[in-house]
Amino acid sequence: MKAALDARTLFVAIVVAGLLLLPVYTGARGDQFVLTLFTRIVILAIAATSLNLILGYGGMVSFGHAAYLGIGAYAVGILAEEGIGSGFVQLPFALALSALFALIVGALSLRTRGVYFIMITLAFAQMVYYVAAGLDRYGGDDGLTIYARSGFAGLINLSNPTQFYYLCLALLLASIAFMWRLINSRFGMVICGSRSNDRRMQAIGFPTFRYRLAAFVIAGVWCGLAGALLANHTDFVSPAMMYWTRSGDLIVMVVFGGMGSLFGPLFGAISLLVLEEGLSRVTEYWQIILGPLLLLIVLFARGGIDGLIGRLRRG
Amino acid sequence: MLLLEQCLNGLQFGLLLFLLAAGLTLVFGIMDLVNLAHGSLYMMGAYFAATFVAWTGSFFAGALLALAATLLLGVVLEMIALRPLYGRDHLDHVLGTFGLILFFNELVRLVWGPAGLSLPLPPALNAAIDVFGIYYPAYRLLIILVSLVVALFLYLLVMKTRLGMLIRAGASNRDMAGALGVDIKLLFTLVFGLGAALAGLAGLMQAPILTVQIGMGENILILAFVVIVIGGIGSIRGALVAAIFVGLVDTLGRAFLPDLLRLVLSVSAASTVARAMSSMLIYLLMAIVLAIRPQGLFPVVGR
Amino acid sequence: MKKASLAAVAALAFAAGPAMAQNSVKIGFVDTFSGPTAVIGNDMRNSFELALDHLGRKMGGLSVEVIYEDDQQKPEVGKQKTEKVIQSDHVNFITGYIWSNVLLASLKPAVDSQTFLISANAGPSRIAGDLCSPFFFSTSWQNDQTPHAMGIYLNQKDVKTLYLLGPNYAAGKDMLAGVQATYRGRIIGEDFTKWPDQLDFSAELSKARAAKPEAIFVFYPGAAGVQFLGQYAQAGLKGQIPLYTVFTIDETTLPLQKDLALGVPGAQEWVNDLPNPANQKFVADFRAKYGHGPSFYGAQAYDAANLINSAVVAVKGDLTQKDAIRDEMRRANYASVRGPYKYGNNHFPIQNFYLQETVKNADGTFGLKTVATILKDSQDVFHATCPMKW
Repeated sequence: MKAALDARTLFVAIVVAGLLLLPVYTGARGDQFVLTLFTRIVILAIAATSLNLILGYGGMVSFGHAAYLGIGAYAVGILAEEGIGSGFVQLPFALALSALFALIVGALSLRTRGVYFIMITLAFAQMVYYVAAGLDRYGGDDGLTIYARSGFAGLINLSNPTQFYYLCLALLLASIAFMWRLINSRFGMVICGSRSNDRRMQAIGFPTFRYRLAAFVIAGVWCGLAGALLANHTDFVSPAMMYWTRSGDLIVMVVFGGMGSLFGPLFGAISLLVLEEGLSRVTEYWQIILGPLLLLIVLFARGGIDGLIGRLRRG
Repeated sequence: MLLLEQCLNGLQFGLLLFLLAAGLTLVFGIMDLVNLAHGSLYMMGAYFAATFVAWTGSFFAGALLALAATLLLGVVLEMIALRPLYGRDHLDHVLGTFGLILFFNELVRLVWGPAGLSLPLPPALNAAIDVFGIYYPAYRLLIILVSLVVALFLYLLVMKTRLGMLIRAGASNRDMAGALGVDIKLLFTLVFGLGAALAGLAGLMQAPILTVQIGMGENILILAFVVIVIGGIGSIRGALVAAIFVGLVDTLGRAFLPDLLRLVLSVSAASTVARAMSSMLIYLLMAIVLAIRPQGLFPVVGR
Repeated sequence: MKKASLAAVAALAFAAGPAMAQNSVKIGFVDTFSGPTAVIGNDMRNSFELALDHLGRKMGGLSVEVIYEDDQQKPEVGKQKTEKVIQSDHVNFITGYIWSNVLLASLKPAVDSQTFLISANAGPSRIAGDLCSPFFFSTSWQNDQTPHAMGIYLNQKDVKTLYLLGPNYAAGKDMLAGVQATYRGRIIGEDFTKWPDQLDFSAELSKARAAKPEAIFVFYPGAAGVQFLGQYAQAGLKGQIPLYTVFTIDETTLPLQKDLALGVPGAQEWVNDLPNPANQKFVADFRAKYGHGPSFYGAQAYDAANLINSAVVAVKGDLTQKDAIRDEMRRANYASVRGPYKYGNNHFPIQNFYLQETVKNADGTFGLKTVATILKDSQDVFHATCPMKW
């Protein structure tokens, strides 16, 4: 066991160190683009981490998780458009809206299983997508530009790319730490247990529905936070953020990185987005490789990147 | 009169949806396979048709070739990529076939370029016909006709033939059917091929009036899933009823909601909201059906 | 889609430093190169390239590098690509932009980074008004102007009742509003269709027919225009209710629309037969190089290249002199293919608008012809709400 920890821990340490030092590198090179790219990666890693809670650990295949990105983002966007620029108002609003939506969707969907659960979560996400597309006042399908980022009364300046990056990174690391505490608590144990055998958990005496609903809401709020950050990052919100294929992208990140592992979502986000940017400069047809690669991973490397690294100890 | 015309439009859209949904529900019901790449087969049908019609110069010859090509593609796809997925988690299906969507989109881009294709109608079909006093495009009537014929064919196939009996057996209880000596592998391949051909037919039929472009399957795929969930997974009859219903709701909503909303909103705002509402209505419908009858309107007995 | 070059890949790998002493002019070109409207993007790219050829691929002594990016007709992608050319490629100018919604999403990154953005097509009303910016220039028009002209023409033809059809996005709303501003008859119906995926107009055409208008006004650019004319004929409306259009029939759609476009008038600020020397050279050389005539999209892109060139020449290649660049651009001091024009305070052209009609050429192909001048030196109505004064 110790050998496995070393390989994985080393890898994680390198990645985290790299992320921490990134602004130093991009500052020296004057390349804002890479900093922007990695800010996006970090934000999506937060979203993927939140999905990992219910998908990776909880076994709940939610195909509508991108809805929370959109809800968080639109909360910020709508308030900004209405002249309310303070982050102290926007952020709680984003989180509250996400929580409410997650509560409703969870309460209605968690009674179903398998493909029905997938379809219902997808349906709700599409509904939010269409609501956003129907918001004529806020741009509808054309989207809405955000002219000023969330203000935090001088505590932190989100328009400064470096400060914003470190804020997102801090939130990501906090998310992972929070996830670690959650999974290793009784709550996490029930969630994981519920995934393997729900009936047994109920037989033991746990009201699994309540636990799973709580996990669902936590994941939703968490992703809403990522959405609020995303709105600030792109200065733009549009319904496209919530289209069902975006939920698919999030699932891909979680699976790619390694479901049910702490840093898996981060690895997944990094690989997917770096692949996208990097490969697309070499060949336009990179997705032709990514597609079958996904299939192969599903068939042969279910542990994702995290799983592959874990196997390194065997040499 | 306007209502009748809009109903015909809704029927036509619904029937196209049915073609797509029928294949999806068969594959899901019998092989328990969630196939997101079904939309890609729809896309391939359209691309094949545009290509073959241009090659042969004949609309019908091109269409038939495209149908055959899509069926072949479906069979090959099933044998190579999908067989390993049988028996696995639905999530594995979703991910694997999601990967296939990406693959097909890029393949199309590689082979046919990024701009998409066009498929012109033969002049004979490019006219309007008088139907019960309304002037309706001939081609759309053809779509309705062909779809109804296919629906009838499927009904006869499933209900009256030996193959259909095997299909129904496989849908009710796969293991038992296998234990009784049915060649499940062959059955699966056949069913998948049939589904692929149906998807290809839908794709090629809508090509002249709508579009032939990359990613065209993604939008309609979701609607097809909604249809089969409402109709009941594995039930073709359910798919037909649900598809027509969804088609009517969508079209009538699009047609009449804006006018209703214009009483309170500006024209463009009414249009935006109406469009969103009629799309949402479909998902709302699905949620309601799932709440009341979780197995769909026509659940396959024995699942 | 960009011309993959080793230099660009190396730039990513080694994170190119900030732009130092300029030895080239870098221009970002964000346009649509995939999907059914790729034909427009290609037309614009071809015209832009032709302009660069005519300039000897140099501006003010500096070599020119163009980075083409595909916005996939989506606002969020266009915005990302705009940011990419600014932050990663460090371009000095950005141009392109067919679609108003893409432009609206992409404006902020350009303005924030003080990079000149020249729209070679889209002209949303907000950018002519409250969102006007010293870093934005248009070589096309403001969305409402062209339908204004068509509205006036409709009055001239004494059309009493009108039905409006258009796509539900920024430009569609501008177009339908534009015709209503000048048209004096009665508007008996108005419908917006979903953009860009709704290509089935059967429901809307049914409604239009039921309303029995004297004419139908339509705005459907690109592939939608092809589909619309086709379905209009299929519904039996051709010959029953006349169509009046803006941006629905052009050299990119004519090869597919063919006879369906005959007898359907459109309004435009540029037609291929405008009799000025710059235009004659442009159209002739384009035809020689590509085998068919350019569209108005291309003409606007050609002008964008020359506008940029005029500014670079004026500052003698010193691209840090942004104020001087702006001053020169404001003078519109170049030979535009539409003839000479001036800029309004919001950096939108004050120009003529013509009536164009489809004609069948001797060789069986279809082309467009100027029939009349509808408006002379017309300015958009939003300039008053733009705070810029100079």
